[in-house]
Amino acid sequence: MEKTIETNRKTNGQYDPLITHPYTVKRVINETHDTFTLHLGPTNGRNTIFPFTAGQFNMLYMYGIGEIPISISGDPSKPEQLVHTTRAVGTVTKAMRGLKKGHSIGVRGPYGNGWPLDNLEGKDVVFIAGGIGLAPLRSAMYQVLANRDSYGKVVLLYGTRTPIDILFRKELERWKSRFDLDVYVTVDRAIGTWRGYVGVVTILVSRAPYDPRNTVALVCGPEVMMRFSIMELKKRGVKSEHIYLSMERNMKCGVGHCGHCQLGPTFVCKDGPVYRYDEIDYLLDIREV
Amino acid sequence: MAHQVRLTLDALQSLIDELQSREYIVIGPKIENRKVVYDEIAKIDDLPAGWSDEQEAATYRLHKTGSPALFDITHSMNAWIHHLYPSKATLLKASRENSGFTVERMKEAPPKYALFGIRPCDLEAMKKYDRILLKDTFHDEIYKNRREKTFIISANCTRPSGTCFCASMDSGPKATSGYDLALTEIIRDGDHYFIADIGSESAQELINKIPQAEASADDIAYANSLIEKAREQMGRTLNTGNLKEILYKNYENTHWDTVGDRCLTCGNCTLVCPTCFCTTIQDYTDLTGSNVERIRQWDSCYNNEFSYIHGGSVRTSSYARYRHWLMHKLATYHDQFDTSGCVGCGRCITWCPAAIDITEEASAIRQHSITV
Ligand SMILES: Cc1cc2nc3c(=O)[nH]c(=O)nc-3n(C[C@H](O)[C@H](O)[C@H](O)COP(=O)(O)OP(=O)(O)OC[C@H]3O[C@@H](n4cnc5c(N)ncnc54)[C@H](O)[C@@H]3O)c2cc1C
Ligand code: SF4
Ligand code: SF4
Ligand code: FES
Repeated sequence: MEKTIETNRKTNGQYDPLITHPYTVKRVINETHDTFTLHLGPTNGRNTIFPFTAGQFNMLYMYGIGEIPISISGDPSKPEQLVHTTRAVGTVTKAMRGLKKGHSIGVRGPYGNGWPLDNLEGKDVVFIAGGIGLAPLRSAMYQVLANRDSYGKVVLLYGTRTPIDILFRKELERWKSRFDLDVYVTVDRAIGTWRGYVGVVTILVSRAPYDPRNTVALVCGPEVMMRFSIMELKKRGVKSEHIYLSMERNMKCGVGHCGHCQLGPTFVCKDGPVYRYDEIDYLLDIREV
Repeated sequence: MAHQVRLTLDALQSLIDELQSREYIVIGPKIENRKVVYDEIAKIDDLPAGWSDEQEAATYRLHKTGSPALFDITHSMNAWIHHLYPSKATLLKASRENSGFTVERMKEAPPKYALFGIRPCDLEAMKKYDRILLKDTFHDEIYKNRREKTFIISANCTRPSGTCFCASMDSGPKATSGYDLALTEIIRDGDHYFIADIGSESAQELINKIPQAEASADDIAYANSLIEKAREQMGRTLNTGNLKEILYKNYENTHWDTVGDRCLTCGNCTLVCPTCFCTTIQDYTDLTGSNVERIRQWDSCYNNEFSYIHGGSVRTSSYARYRHWLMHKLATYHDQFDTSGCVGCGRCITWCPAAIDITEEASAIRQHSITV
């Protein structure tokens, strides 16, 4: 890969972090009725491929509509494929769903820290995802699977609303068929021919096969879901300092200047979005913080 | 000891002339709509000589004093931020093109400001802005370019207002660093003059161009005694001892409800505060939809949408928004930027329509602290 602009971004005054860069949609994958994945490439062949860490996000800009934070859901070892998976929920994301191959979207980033995958050698890794929370975890999953031998057990627990909401279905099926991976999927409500688990993801947390004393858990999903999953992890004996979660707050700048994403003494955009649970546990119990 | 000179009122006018001849836009305190604002001045006569202000919670009044003093008024309602980090700035222009769009980055020719009569508290606030917008991983272009060109003439305070508590926050009444020139106004024995502390080479070079005399030891001592007197006369005090820790332990103190009931979430306090820095970014599209400007504007954490994420805002209650603001000023800012989020200027107290007083609220939390 060519020398990227990432290094320039931090050292060279020419890079203005608030300026978006047009990228071209190379491919659109409709994942579910309301979720889609975009593969993006630089427009005009400009050299704007950048490396990223699993768990980082970009600010994606829809011309004339607005800009929102979306995690990178692709493989960190293939940064030339810039991949985002988004659930259409409101103004910007619904407009984004209308994008077709060849259309433009603004990109700036990557921002935030990422999942701490470097120091997990020999540990069991438990991924716990709720809904669209699977997207940022998929990047981490790719990285772990690429170095599968470095880890102990690898477990993915994924909860979503109904069977038609299951994200990355083909990939999940492929992963489920591997012998070195435990994949459990549960739905809140069974419809159709669903024969799998029904109920919240926390049930899986209490049953899944991992060694709580030697486990690192990576959690991403709605805040309530994360709170209950963490309670369950702790009940089984996983230490607070071995639990990581990805937080969500309103974001305008992504670089610690606009103030919107504050979570207690931290900025989710630069100190997060991934936090070690014991760094922010006291904040999660407080309402409206 | 730093080099100090004595300047007459006429010499100050010469100073302004010199600055203007070097293409500086001089900003200073002046009276507009019965309050002191900080904006462009042409000459020394534009300053509010002979006026003084009275500030209390939800109260601001100006009155004539009959004295020739330029600096009997304390700080202006608005701080310098309007000039260095504009309330509205176009970041980029985008235009539709075929199936996509192009982006044009806006590069401004930064205006060159001389900030005249900036108070020590506001100067301290500028150091906090420097920390946030210049010294982090990413810097802000507009602020950086304007800030680098700025010439600073600070005015030490010899009279605090009723809502001032800079002495408690270690940010006044004397400017300690970060200025080109720091003035102390003296009126004694029928004489009216200024002691100017020279803080930079460019200031020295300017001073050499205007009428001046070496300041006597007696003048310097007298100037300091005036500032010391101001320190003792602060309208408010704030006990900062262990305050951060106390606040962190009191997120769930019921006192927040009491102040939440009074707060109108109008955001006045955030608009006048010199350490508040929050902004939002929005698209402005022309009628045809073929051109867009992305504009950054000041924002306030008291706006309901400020914390909006899909599904609803994080902080909907007024108590939660007030708590967020006060916690930021006196606790979380410390952890974010290694400095307090409050310089004790008292503006938020003066301009709060509900007369909510940050010093009272902080001490109420201390008093009713759940755990120590
Ligand atoms: C670090 C991070 C990573 C994210 N990753 C993903 C992802 O991979 N996939 C995905 O589908 N969603 C992700 N989200 C959530 C996504 O940003 C919101 O769903 C999106 O902003 C909603 O915008 P909207 O205009 O469609 O919704 P509306 O409800 O119409 O929102 C209006 C405006 O409010 C603001 N806003 C609303 N919700 C959020 C939010 N959650 N965070 C920040 N600003 C918000 C935006 O300015 C938005 O334009 C992530 C959020 C964060 C903070
Ligand atoms: S919080 Fe109030 S007293 Fe403190 S710096 Fe801001 S406006 Fe001034
Ligand atoms: S504290 Fe006062 S000035 Fe600030 S938002 Fe509340 S009512 Fe308005
Ligand atoms: S998004 Fe602006 S400070 Fe974090």
